[in-house]
Amino acid sequence: MHVDTDVAPVIEMRGITIQFPGVKALDTVDFTLRGGEVHCLMGENGAGKSTLIKALTGVYPIDGGSIVVAGQPRIFRTTADAQDAGISTVYQEVNLCTNLSVGENVMLGHEVRRGGGIDWRATHREAARHLQNLGVTLDTRSGLFSHSIAIQQLIAISRAMVTDSTVLILDEPTSSLDRSEVEQLFGVIRDLRDRGVAILFVTHFLDQVYEISDRITVLRNGALVGEYAATELPRNELIARMIGRELEDLTEISSSATRAIARGGAPVFSAEGIGKKGVLEPADIDVYAGEVVGIAGLLGSGRTELVRLMYGADRPDSGRVEVHGKAARITTPRHAIDHRIVFSSEDRRAEGIVGDLTVAENIVLGIQARRGWLRRVRRSEQDAVVAEYMTALGVRPADPDRPVRLLSGGNQQKVLLARWLATAPELIILDEPTRGIDVGAKADIQRKVAELSAKGLSVIFISSEIEEVIRLAQRITVMRDRRKIGELESAGLDVDDVIDFIAHEGQESVA
Amino acid sequence: MKRMLKHRVFWPVVALVALILVNTISRPSFLRITIQDGQLYGSLVEILRNSAPLMLVALGMTIVIATRGIDLSVGALMAVSGAVALTIIDASPNPEAPETLVLAVGAGVLVTLILGVWNGFLVSVLGIQPIIATLVLMLAGRGIALLITGGFITTVNSAPYKFMSQGYLFGLPFAFYVSMAAVVIVVLIQRRTALGVLTEAVGINPEASRLAGVRSRGIIWGAYAASGLLAGFAGILYSSNIMAADANAAGNLIELDAILAVVLGGTSLMGGKFTIAGTVIGVFTIQTLKSTIVFLGVPSPVSPVFMAAVVILVVAVQSRLVRDAATRLLRRIRSTGTKATTEVAS
Repeated sequence: MHVDTDVAPVIEMRGITIQFPGVKALDTVDFTLRGGEVHCLMGENGAGKSTLIKALTGVYPIDGGSIVVAGQPRIFRTTADAQDAGISTVYQEVNLCTNLSVGENVMLGHEVRRGGGIDWRATHREAARHLQNLGVTLDTRSGLFSHSIAIQQLIAISRAMVTDSTVLILDEPTSSLDRSEVEQLFGVIRDLRDRGVAILFVTHFLDQVYEISDRITVLRNGALVGEYAATELPRNELIARMIGRELEDLTEISSSATRAIARGGAPVFSAEGIGKKGVLEPADIDVYAGEVVGIAGLLGSGRTELVRLMYGADRPDSGRVEVHGKAARITTPRHAIDHRIVFSSEDRRAEGIVGDLTVAENIVLGIQARRGWLRRVRRSEQDAVVAEYMTALGVRPADPDRPVRLLSGGNQQKVLLARWLATAPELIILDEPTRGIDVGAKADIQRKVAELSAKGLSVIFISSEIEEVIRLAQRITVMRDRRKIGELESAGLDVDDVIDFIAHEGQESVA
Repeated sequence: MKRMLKHRVFWPVVALVALILVNTISRPSFLRITIQDGQLYGSLVEILRNSAPLMLVALGMTIVIATRGIDLSVGALMAVSGAVALTIIDASPNPEAPETLVLAVGAGVLVTLILGVWNGFLVSVLGIQPIIATLVLMLAGRGIALLITGGFITTVNSAPYKFMSQGYLFGLPFAFYVSMAAVVIVVLIQRRTALGVLTEAVGINPEASRLAGVRSRGIIWGAYAASGLLAGFAGILYSSNIMAADANAAGNLIELDAILAVVLGGTSLMGGKFTIAGTVIGVFTIQTLKSTIVFLGVPSPVSPVFMAAVVILVVAVQSRLVRDAATRLLRRIRSTGTKATTEVAS
């Protein structure tokens, strides 16, 4: 690999392995961080980025491998061990005390002492000096809550520098900042880099990766893909390496993408300029009867945000929605359900299943919610519906009375699919229905989507696996950096075309 | 046997039976029931009679807790309904008439129903944390009751009103029928309709329920309204027992007993799955415990300590952690025992 090794590494992680119950979260991963570089850690969700960071900050103990900091082998049992070794972390959710002043936050635990007490005047002077080092001038006696998230990020960084950290980990610090705030943050990061601090930077924004980073390490499925100099790794190469190529035996579904869709009449659902400030730039989307519309884009590109706005899970603040050509108001999930639109969230556990209820109760929940509490789904009807969908989708184990939390991820996903299909929807929105589930269940779900759409059901299908989207969808909406950047007809497309589109489309106009 | 062990109300029932055993051993007359003028008398009958207000309050509390909430205002609401009912009877020219009774009870529970709706509004519409939202009426409710009675303890004479708590029907206390009727109605509403399972869904995973289209606002709102209504009936029974509206003593600290009864019965404070049967057992356990304290002649300043000790014991028996540890300990004792014998054998 073309990595310049002149600078001595500050951190060398070798063969890091972390085992979670039933799954290897990290499998012999190597990671090297050098002084005076900004190093981006890239990978899709579940690739092992945060696990690696947690190993480095002492949150998780490692099951195998070694961590060497500045030439000294270290074992981190607690986060304090990592901080003693000079490793500081600034998280996405700023972990400062909003009720304290700026100065108190910067110096917390390092207050200047005199006699038995704290010399507050000297403490604030010190705080101001540390902030000044980052080019920030603030009244250190002002309350932290009175400052924006961006300023709070900078305060968090200067707090990290109070301990003379040699390593600074920034975990998605830019996700809630606007353009000029990102510029200010990047200025500070470059400044720290030039002073020799090693910076590990995690973000989902591709543009920012290329703007700030010197080096990139890519992880996929808990394993190291490689370490690259940022200038030597073109965007589409990076995306291809993050996503990987999974070749599955799913040829029978491939006819779905080429199926002709009659787009003559009014679409089942159409939205014009649907968006929400700070969440998603206004976007257009429509879907016709029997059509599968795929949404492609990296995590955090706005694909989940878009469908949540469509479903009313979040309230859009702009845009017009039509259902079957008639204006509709969808600001809560109930509105969507009344229009026979249903949505299965990417976060199965938190937003999908009701863990302590049984498989059967989870399946009929959709029907029951639609009917209201007074009209209970009869036992015989419930048994029939549950039996029908458990067989059709192959839910294992075939025990309707088992609490759904005891099922595997793939089977929970099938239960959710059953819940929605049982309500006889006209449009079903599936957000990452195949993530983190085994290949067999994945194929079952894809086959079902292809089969139902051929019978006239409209589907919006989101997946990080571009191949899957190309295989199922007739049309693909492409998202990047919380914008819709275009739409592709999927007939004749291959993965590289889509990757290229994600990487480059509209890039010039943004830069 | 294994099924029985796994049943949710198994351990609560064990706790109750153990408590009754302790009572019987220390005083064999505990189980004795005598018949006088066709009415049953005895400690057990007294427990059934005295548990009625707590039963009503605990039923409402169970539903509220199932939605991940809590209702601290129930004791104060009891004071309100008693004050309303007795003030009406007091002002009535005809306190013995059945119409007066119906009017008094109806007005009393209507007021607490409205106050329950208010609680539900704070929690489900304004999104205030349940403990704070219901704290408002917990503090203000007794003030409202005092306002209604004009700052006095209103006392009345009304035979039909007195009957509700002190009368007998078919040999058993009338109050017991009231509490059992409430249990049956709540069970029917929760389990015959889909309300129970939807309540559990909201309690287990509010966000998933919202996305599944469950109208969680209405369900949570209804739970507080029901709790207010049931607390109103409890207040009627309490005031009927002493024939006075005592705004300070009525339902004093009953919210804590009710929460305890729900937890003893096996419903988690985390919300979700709930069991009415468990709550009924929990209420009887607490009431038996209170009788025990009297029977054993525990001096009243010490009685809270005694009660606390027993509660810790009962809750510990139900704790999975303690139970698992006990099982492990037993297994280890057994395995070292067999090891010792094999060593001897070799």
